[in-house]
Amino acid sequence: MSTNNIYRPQNKIDYSSYLYILPAFILYILFVIFPLGDTLLTSFTEWNGISEKKWVGFEQYSKNLANKKITSSIKHSFILIIFYSFLPIIIGLIIAGIMIRVKIQGLATYRAILFLPQILSMIVVGISWRWIYAPKGPLNSGLDFFGLEDVSRAWLGSFDYALPFVGLIGTWVMFGFTMILFIAGVQKIPSELYDAAKVDGAGAIAEFFNVTLPNLRGEIIVALIFTVTLALRNFDLIYITTGGGPGTSTMIPSMFIYKKAFQMNQVGSASSLGIMLTLLIFTLVSLILIIFREKK
Amino acid sequence: MNYKNREKVIAHSIFLLGSLIVLYPFISILFLALSEPGTRISGFTVPSGIYFDNFIKAWTAGGFSKGLLNSFIVVIGVVSVTIFCSTLAAYAFEKLDIFGVTPLLALLLLGLVLPYESIVISLYYSMKSYGLTNTHWSLILPQIGLSIPFSIFWLRASFKSIPKSLSEAAKIEGASSFIILTKILIPQIVPAILTLTVLLFVWTWNEFLLALIMIQDADMRTAPLALSYFAGNKRYGDPAITAAAAIWVALPVLIAYIFLQRRFISGMVTGAVKE
Repeated sequence: MSTNNIYRPQNKIDYSSYLYILPAFILYILFVIFPLGDTLLTSFTEWNGISEKKWVGFEQYSKNLANKKITSSIKHSFILIIFYSFLPIIIGLIIAGIMIRVKIQGLATYRAILFLPQILSMIVVGISWRWIYAPKGPLNSGLDFFGLEDVSRAWLGSFDYALPFVGLIGTWVMFGFTMILFIAGVQKIPSELYDAAKVDGAGAIAEFFNVTLPNLRGEIIVALIFTVTLALRNFDLIYITTGGGPGTSTMIPSMFIYKKAFQMNQVGSASSLGIMLTLLIFTLVSLILIIFREKK
Repeated sequence: MNYKNREKVIAHSIFLLGSLIVLYPFISILFLALSEPGTRISGFTVPSGIYFDNFIKAWTAGGFSKGLLNSFIVVIGVVSVTIFCSTLAAYAFEKLDIFGVTPLLALLLLGLVLPYESIVISLYYSMKSYGLTNTHWSLILPQIGLSIPFSIFWLRASFKSIPKSLSEAAKIEGASSFIILTKILIPQIVPAILTLTVLLFVWTWNEFLLALIMIQDADMRTAPLALSYFAGNKRYGDPAITAAAAIWVALPVLIAYIFLQRRFISGMVTGAVKE
């Protein structure tokens, strides 16, 4: 250390610290932030991917909002939230409520199995379920076995049933995750809280609403954000199971983005839909955080 | 039966039922894949014998040797660079003085929630203009960018848990910030880095949309992309061969999962809550 140092201001910023964050931020800005800005710019243009971009202001947005197929695809996403998010969270909460203080052996094995859908490619999951729902697949064979031939059909080819049956795949993917998340959360709740509730004469249901539910708030926020964003994105599973069909009965915004940008050469319109999807997800995540934030 | 035992029976029944529901689709396609070629099993019966013909057919017809190799190359590229860059950045955020931490972290938070469906269009046209579509780069580079926010938040939480006294003692002895990181702090967070590696491996392996858009060349397809083309091809419309192909693609992740499941589950449960 040279003696000059004492004349330097004490709180001088050490610029070498920035060298540590530089590589990560260069890659992040180049491949995430820049494309986001570029998408935003393209969303205000009409562009077929080849010729000059033509500036059209908010026209693409108003066109998208006036397009019945697109608004109904957003409606489909909200229906999928029921299957991807609400059902698994309700199942997980009920089971966690039952499991309070139950110490059971072999929990690690159960956990490993229940988590399995989280690690597998949605393409693999989709192919498995395509087989289950197939005209001669296990579901219909099972129905036939019980004499319900009239009920069996090509589930994913049906205008009425395709969306809820794709939704049920989402429930299947998610319920193990919420179960394990909530059971882990319940085990962290101090047992004194339950003892106090017992002293107050609370029954199992009152105990669930007064002790279990409020103490799982953090886990519920996590589960909501995780499952709601997946329900809104959800490209892989729709692509491999129905491709948005039959007709547009299972179309969702991310599928429209793909079709518009890469099959219909409507890049400007696809970009504006991408920005709309981003805003929708940001809004819902913020809402979840505001509604469930700690009340002081 | 006393009260405690009844509780245990209920708990086991719930877990068993849940496990059966999770496993059923996989058992169902495994039976289908192992069935005798040509025979049609209904999915409600156990196959009459074990035949590997479907697996062999799927392997040779689907180009999965190339698919698996491409996937491994992409995974190694994404995971190694992401871990390297994120460790450096997380260390600086947590242990060094950086002016403007809050706006920088807010910028990263944006990437944590961003649906990447919305940026793939722009990525495609940029990659195309540099002639990078149909290369591993077009998959590796964007996925590094997308993995960095989560990784930095994850590692920053790990650095936070190391007591300050450890690095301060080394600082007094005149160790540079880089030596403190490599010699003192990194050894403390090896388990966290390993867990992050497992999570990034699985997420990168399963990535689909980016590959679908960037790769047209059959030789460059990743395993999930090869599988989707295979499943969509009418010539191999036989569901038994498609089932065998799906099992090929799932196998590397399944094998890794059998050995590393504790790390993966704790990673997803605690990592999610930490955020």
